[in-house]
Amino acid sequence: MLDVLIFATLNGVVTGLLLFMLAAGLTLIFSMMGVLNFAHASFYMLGAYCAYSISLYFGFWVGLLVAPLIVGVLGALIERYGLRRVHQSGHVAELVFTFGLAFLIEESVQFFWGRDTKNYQSPDILDFALFTLFGQEFSAYRGFMIAISVGIFIGLYFVLTRTRIGIIIQAAITHPKTVANLGHNVPLIFMGVFGAGTALAGLAGVIAGPVLTTFPGMAVVLGSIVFVIVVIGGLGSLAGAFIASLLIGLLQSYAIASDVGMQDLLNVFGIDFPYDHPLADLWGLTLPQIAPILPFLLLILVLIFRPTGLLGKREE
Amino acid sequence: MTLLKKMSVWVAYLAVLLLLPQLFDSILAISVFNQMAIAIVFALSYNMLLGQGGMLSFGHAVYFGMGGFLAVHALLMLETETVHFSIIWIPLIGGLFGLLAAIFIGSFSTRKAGTVFAMISLGIGELIAASSLIFVDFFGGEAGISGDRTYGPTFFGIDFAQNVEVYYLAAGWVFISTVFMYLFTQTPAGRMANAVRDNPVRAEFIGYSARHVRFISFCASGLFAGIAGGLFALNYEFITEENLNAATSGRVLLMAYIGGLGYFIGPIIGAVLLTLMNSLLSNYTELWMLYLGILFLLTVMFLPRGFAGFIMMHQLAWVRGKLRDLVVPYLMTGIPALTFMLSLIALIELVHAEAESLHIYGLTLDPSLEGTWIVLVVIAAAALYGTRRSLPQLRAAWHSANHIPDEER
Repeated sequence: MLDVLIFATLNGVVTGLLLFMLAAGLTLIFSMMGVLNFAHASFYMLGAYCAYSISLYFGFWVGLLVAPLIVGVLGALIERYGLRRVHQSGHVAELVFTFGLAFLIEESVQFFWGRDTKNYQSPDILDFALFTLFGQEFSAYRGFMIAISVGIFIGLYFVLTRTRIGIIIQAAITHPKTVANLGHNVPLIFMGVFGAGTALAGLAGVIAGPVLTTFPGMAVVLGSIVFVIVVIGGLGSLAGAFIASLLIGLLQSYAIASDVGMQDLLNVFGIDFPYDHPLADLWGLTLPQIAPILPFLLLILVLIFRPTGLLGKREE
Repeated sequence: MTLLKKMSVWVAYLAVLLLLPQLFDSILAISVFNQMAIAIVFALSYNMLLGQGGMLSFGHAVYFGMGGFLAVHALLMLETETVHFSIIWIPLIGGLFGLLAAIFIGSFSTRKAGTVFAMISLGIGELIAASSLIFVDFFGGEAGISGDRTYGPTFFGIDFAQNVEVYYLAAGWVFISTVFMYLFTQTPAGRMANAVRDNPVRAEFIGYSARHVRFISFCASGLFAGIAGGLFALNYEFITEENLNAATSGRVLLMAYIGGLGYFIGPIIGAVLLTLMNSLLSNYTELWMLYLGILFLLTVMFLPRGFAGFIMMHQLAWVRGKLRDLVVPYLMTGIPALTFMLSLIALIELVHAEAESLHIYGLTLDPSLEGTWIVLVVIAAAALYGTRRSLPQLRAAWHSANHIPDEER
């Protein structure tokens, strides 16, 4: 029991931190433009595919450095020549634009790389067990994933709160006109933040690709979950996104690892149920079965009872 | 517009709906028309939300799919003779269930518009799509459920075994639904939906509850989406989880947006266009989804009001009789732009081609020859240059056609 709990926690933390790398960029972009970027997970997928192609020629480590850069530059270009143009037509048009972008990126990935799953491997150096607990191995690569994610979180926090650039970015988010009056190029800052956010998503893709498999559907799998996190954490709140990421990561991990179901719940109350009942599907539900829908259930509950999310600011 | 003129539009619409299978009577054509009929009702119902009511939904397929599932269950009940009625009422059953689902979900999701509404719709869409794989009894798991539309009493001797019979039934429902959706926009509820979309604060000051107005639009939209789902069930005689997941929700957004939000006729244009692309283009190329994505992004960027908006842009020039002045500049820009697009498509197909030769536009291209690539790139570059050169003239012509000189005012 204890070993299951510990490993579920570790896996949940790995997933949660990975989700945070995506959610961090999404939150930054949202607080800047007021628009949720539907294509964010697509940049994550692009990162994995770019890194895969680079790793074929130059190895994993070059891909780790170069792929996020490529994705970031691409993101910045899309902001400059696509989103900025659509911005004039209002928020709905922007949201719809990113939605179409996600669609287009998925199709493009299938066009360039094909529909099959890519054999993107983690580097051999990290191919050992970091530690063994209760006879189960915890691979070094997962440890590496945790290290990178925590490093990014600390780095992001440091840049945003302790450096001049970070202070200008924060000011540009809340008071873009004042910052522009002070002589800063606000559109350039926005483009930079969009680029950095997509680069972060790309980096998440690079390190997640080998573990979560690199295939054309990987953006869809994560895309809506990241949305859920950003909304639950409170739109625009980086700390909220961090908490929500870990929450969702752990929630899913525990739900999958558990083996309780509706039957156990009913047994507690001493209710017996017929197997041939039309609602037998409902009685027979188990927690691992509903693990994929738990985040969405949480999302709807949060939106109904606390629309601002965990740490979000109150709406005007 | 006089009443007579208005009526003639509707008569023409009905005539087109009824005459289509007479003009094109191949099996492929009928199946395309059936898909179009379903898509028109679905896209119009989506426009009720986003275009008329300003509610961006990413889960509209839920009401379509729920209606469809109930409709197939109704077909199954007809088969086992639990109930007894003609299958022409099946779309209504789908619609009623779509309405029920909308009443339940709308009761909490229409409190706010904007991002909160969009996120709730996304969450509910994912939730229902995921649960449809869990509750196998009702949704049939990944295989879905299937029925047979030939049971039950016949309708004046028609048993709907033929696709074309189903088309006429669908055309009837499409016409009725279109009329009612149009009439809805003319009711106070429809007008208030526009007001709440544009400025909820003002609408509340006049004394309307924005939430209540949104709720009414939402329910009406769910009803018609359910009817579309019922038509789908009748046409295909099966329905799967795919019909209520995010992909279907996305497709209806694409249709309504490409056609033109805010214009009543927009979604009809979008539905027809996308169905044609879907069924005809997919015969020629596997990359049609890629082209669809590009078309969609270009529409959002350059035609924010869609194709209907593009047509309506010419209203002023039309009224002033200046439309003729625009023809030459349009051709001057349009021809090189079209050449650029076609050569780009040829290049994309060439990259994708695995065979030794590629047949496109009646030509046979050889991907292994460098000359093919160079010629195509040169054509594309020249066409792009031509487009950019002729753009200022088009802008000037557009300005003079739409600018009213001071002496005419």
